[in-house]
Amino acid sequence: MAEHALIDALRAAAGGPVDSAAGPRPSDLTVRLARRGDLPGAVAVLVGSHAMALATVVATDETVTPDGDLKVRYIFESTAPGAPDRFVTLLVSVDAARPEVPSLTTLVPAANWHEREMQDLFGIVPVGHPDPRPLVVHDGWPQGVFPLRKAFDGSRRVPVEPADEFPHLVAEGEGVFEIPVGPIHAGIIEPGHFRFTSVGETVLNLDARLFYTHRGLEKRMEGLSPLDAFYVAERICGVCSVAHGLGYCEALEQIAGVHAPPRARLIRSIALELERLYNHVGDVGNVCAGASFHYGTATGMRLKERLQQMNERLAGNRFLRGLIVPGGVGLDLSGDLLEALAATLQDTLGGLDGLMGRIEANPSVVDRLDDTGILKHQAALDLAVAGVAARASGVNRDARRDHPHGAFAGPLSPGLRVVTASEGDAMARVKVRALEARESIRLVAEFVRLLEPGPLQVALAEPLPGGRIGISAIESPRGEAVHWLRTDAAGRVDRYHLRSPSYHNWPAVALAAETAIVPDFPLVNKSFELCYSCTDR
Amino acid sequence: MLRILMNALRTGVVTTHYPAEPRVPPDRFRGAPVLRPGSHLPPRAVCPAGAISERFDEDGRHVALDLARCVFCGRCAEDPWAGAITMGRDFELAARSRADLRTEVMADDPAPRLGSGQAVDAAGSPPDRLAGAARASSEIHRVLGRSLHLRHLDAGSCNACDWELTALLNPVYDVRRLGIDFVASPRHADGVVVTGPVTRNLETAVRRTIEAVPDPRVVIAVGACAASGGIVGEGYASAGGVDRVLPVDVYIPGCPPRPEAIIFGILVAIGRLDARRTRR
Repeated sequence: MAEHALIDALRAAAGGPVDSAAGPRPSDLTVRLARRGDLPGAVAVLVGSHAMALATVVATDETVTPDGDLKVRYIFESTAPGAPDRFVTLLVSVDAARPEVPSLTTLVPAANWHEREMQDLFGIVPVGHPDPRPLVVHDGWPQGVFPLRKAFDGSRRVPVEPADEFPHLVAEGEGVFEIPVGPIHAGIIEPGHFRFTSVGETVLNLDARLFYTHRGLEKRMEGLSPLDAFYVAERICGVCSVAHGLGYCEALEQIAGVHAPPRARLIRSIALELERLYNHVGDVGNVCAGASFHYGTATGMRLKERLQQMNERLAGNRFLRGLIVPGGVGLDLSGDLLEALAATLQDTLGGLDGLMGRIEANPSVVDRLDDTGILKHQAALDLAVAGVAARASGVNRDARRDHPHGAFAGPLSPGLRVVTASEGDAMARVKVRALEARESIRLVAEFVRLLEPGPLQVALAEPLPGGRIGISAIESPRGEAVHWLRTDAAGRVDRYHLRSPSYHNWPAVALAAETAIVPDFPLVNKSFELCYSCTDR
Repeated sequence: MLRILMNALRTGVVTTHYPAEPRVPPDRFRGAPVLRPGSHLPPRAVCPAGAISERFDEDGRHVALDLARCVFCGRCAEDPWAGAITMGRDFELAARSRADLRTEVMADDPAPRLGSGQAVDAAGSPPDRLAGAARASSEIHRVLGRSLHLRHLDAGSCNACDWELTALLNPVYDVRRLGIDFVASPRHADGVVVTGPVTRNLETAVRRTIEAVPDPRVVIAVGACAASGGIVGEGYASAGGVDRVLPVDVYIPGCPPRPEAIIFGILVAIGRLDARRTRR
């Protein structure tokens, strides 16, 4: 019923023909717009009266297929808590000879980076984009070379051409000065360039330039057997290894038409919560480092280390790599290991409660965190911010509930308590993290209790079915990650795209930093705790 | 404050004694794969990182494993190749040259040829480079004694190796007890630890940072990506390893290497421990 209303509204908004069909999953909807110009009107319907948010944008090069075009899929999802698990894809065809689409950025701010990335990697120009600077390819990239086009050979290095200095977005005026930071930072952290313009200590503008760690992994996976490409997906990001491995597997299993067995689903969810736990506990400690509270930093590091040592006992790898495999899980969890896990989690719970108690009882820390780096509720919605950052600004979204995966999909789901706060400051993000870590500990115990003997894997026969699409959304430690995978006619990887939560959250860091002073930026940044590598890929 | 002191006392000392005392990793830990000569060894395609290679000559089929490329996923040790390759527990794998990380066995030859020094398909290290690395190490040892200050350089890593470097400073590993520390400026450093395959977007920054470290300096490649390109390999956005850009003194295999494996590699770099192959 709701679906008919949606299609009717899209028809009314579009001047040209509109075709709709179910897909990629049976519960999803794909709407093909015959005219590219109808895109803004259709998108306005989705984000307006239907209150949907941009989930991801996937461009594909289909010039060698009978269609002979490029295609762009704008994928939306519901934002209302309790809305059905459904993705709505708006599909437009782009002429390879004149690759242009109308820009949606002024209508949907979250589309900003997606459109710039599409311009860099596919040469598809978002006409009317307010900030069309290069994003993914940096200085010295040759004109007219688009690495994700099928005709481009991605296996060779490309010469660096002479280039002008990158035009940073800066504020100007009397007494305004620029502070360049990075890409190589003073600590052991990932690379990015932050160009502050400030008056005194007050930040006027922050222009964050990322994609330094762009390794070309999506291109790297193309043409591989989907079972081989899994090992790349698992290594897109170290601290999201479980989440991205799982997202890739769930998309692949849709394509193969198989379901992981119940025991495997439970073990996958245990792994996902353990990943969240070591991240969240470590992040609470890291925020203490930003506030110069060294007892807190050392405590957070010690608790995280204990969890990572447990990970190594469970999976043979401190980042839980090797536990999840396509079709299920590669290792069982039982007996002694589960007892050791329960003891570790009990200690972690006590340690985390103690640490939060010390933080909240320490006025010098609380003073640094309160009202620092505020992300407003509306800004979080506009930018389609995900995860802890969204929930700390009052956005009630969690992919474990909104797009059930792992053990949350199916009859064994133990139910999830979504934690939210309304303040949107660094303190709110720390508190949400700590409460979510507690929830993860509760969930792991629930999942362990639900474990029944049974198979760990279903077989995935090669070659995999050709020309199929899989889509999945996983709640990683940093929020919802959307995976889109398509096989070619031979069942190999034709296109894989990951929209990580950090991809949508980085612009929010810049906004929040503009409510802070320069010395508080490390604190603001740590309170968001985003990944560079899964943004840059 | 009192509570903080009480908590600290209650927690006690959590620091390990590695390397003075050996560490045994847990049962499931996947260390260096062990190839059994004369067995049904898998084809090269089994390895998603391209660490397994094969060549044929009049003696038969030779299968080689490059630990610098290995991502320790364990796929080559799964059925139907279980037994031909087993995942060992050895994690102290750091070596001064790519060639030392290569093991070749023959399908029906009982003697594995370890680190035969034959040309490896990636950069490898020619003999004069090795001698140079050894000189830098002994020079650092002479100038600085047992202490080493390092600058971390992320050259496009997935962040896993970076987290393990951070872990070296946690109360459990606390590498400062070994005279090792991480510093903010390359000008203050005796060497760099590099993670990641050197992306195109970072290549200039990588060169400048390493060149900003005063001589003598050591360059340590941490993890499969830095050591060889790893799962990323060479491509439009990746150089395929640090030694494609600048000389490397010590390679630390792993995906990521566990913290003790990094400690081992750093101590190899400064000449306080022997590298893997010469140790045996």
